[in-house]
Amino acid sequence: MVTASVAIRQTDLFAVVMLFGTYSFLIALLFMELDAVDVAFTEASIGTGIGTVLMLSTLRRVGRHEKRHRRYPLIALGVVLATGAALFYGLSDIPSFGDPNAPIHQHVAPRYIASHESEVGVPNLVTAVLATFRGHDTLGETTVILMAGLSVFLLLGLRDHGPSRSTRPAIGDTLVLRVVVKVLIAFLLLFALYVQFHGDYGAGGGFQAGVIFATAFLVYDLVFGVNDMRRVLPHRWLPRLAVFGALLYLGTGVAAMLLGGNFLDYDKLAADPVAGQQLGILLIEAGVGITVFASILLIAYAFSGIRKSQPQD
Amino acid sequence: MLHYVVAVFLMMAGFYIVIAQGNLVKKVIGINMLQTSVFLLFITMAKVDGRTAPIVTEAGGPYSNPLPHALMLTAIVVGIATTAVGLALVVRIHDAYGTIEEEDLQHLDHPEDGYMEEEW
Repeated sequence: MVTASVAIRQTDLFAVVMLFGTYSFLIALLFMELDAVDVAFTEASIGTGIGTVLMLSTLRRVGRHEKRHRRYPLIALGVVLATGAALFYGLSDIPSFGDPNAPIHQHVAPRYIASHESEVGVPNLVTAVLATFRGHDTLGETTVILMAGLSVFLLLGLRDHGPSRSTRPAIGDTLVLRVVVKVLIAFLLLFALYVQFHGDYGAGGGFQAGVIFATAFLVYDLVFGVNDMRRVLPHRWLPRLAVFGALLYLGTGVAAMLLGGNFLDYDKLAADPVAGQQLGILLIEAGVGITVFASILLIAYAFSGIRKSQPQD
Repeated sequence: MLHYVVAVFLMMAGFYIVIAQGNLVKKVIGINMLQTSVFLLFITMAKVDGRTAPIVTEAGGPYSNPLPHALMLTAIVVGIATTAVGLALVVRIHDAYGTIEEEDLQHLDHPEDGYMEEEW
């Protein structure tokens, strides 16, 4: 709350972005305390990590100082206070905190919790809900990520020209950094794979793993420069990879249809329905992971391609 | 109850930034803040007293509601996607106009209006 209030008053945008990162991390801790480990994990990796990086890249282009405003936004304040008052009035009707009899716990959630053991057999309930009971939603969201990656790509473009320019890495050439990063990346990738495949059992899943994977690549890119990076993974592959991930998800659904089930009904993927469910979850989580990884990397590259004076048109 | 109050306060703060601040980057941050307040609202509703995180263990026991968690997880990822698109638009606006202040943009698009002292 405090960081949020300070962020409103600051005119130095760099400070605002840093405060926002802090705020996002605090929110993640709060989610943790509220039992939402998966959500906390996602917020910490995405909101705090990638969000801050993207905003900083934008600031590099647009400058960090905000103009002081002459106008005094009394009316805006009035509108906000009115909305807030309405919401507080609404709060008086809301069920008290932690009440097990609240309407939200009476609808479909008990069925998810009760039947997942026999129908899905995956210990992490959030993954089960995400991938199985709510598979269609997640397909939609994966597509949104794909679309976002592609629109940023279209808006900013990727500079995929030859290795003539900017062979120097973004951060200075430091031996310590190189050595540390080389060691670190192995662990980052390993951790990402762990999060990806252990998402069935603990906190994690395709969304978080994709982001961590992308982070590993970004760190490598920062220290060793774009050209080394491009040898590992050419930029033009990224859109294809992102589309491939979404298609893997879609393909899993269609495969279930071809095998006689409904769309995204994993029961039919193997002889035993529970094994089929687990196979299905594995496949679509892989699809989600690949799409998120490629899209985030695409977005980050599009933003890091921003240089100070380089109008695209 | 405190959690709901915090969520409403954050929502008000985010909303205020979106309408009152002229800087486009700040507006994007405001939208993000609004968004996290909604996450907080949902996650708060999912929590049940005395229950644990929704990961099945040998101990068993009742769990908090996993459905809002799954919804908010994807919402966060979609949030970063929209943020990215928004920031990309900001960069393009900066390319085209050389400023990201709302007032200056208004002035550049409609120079005959002059600077508006009071927009509301």
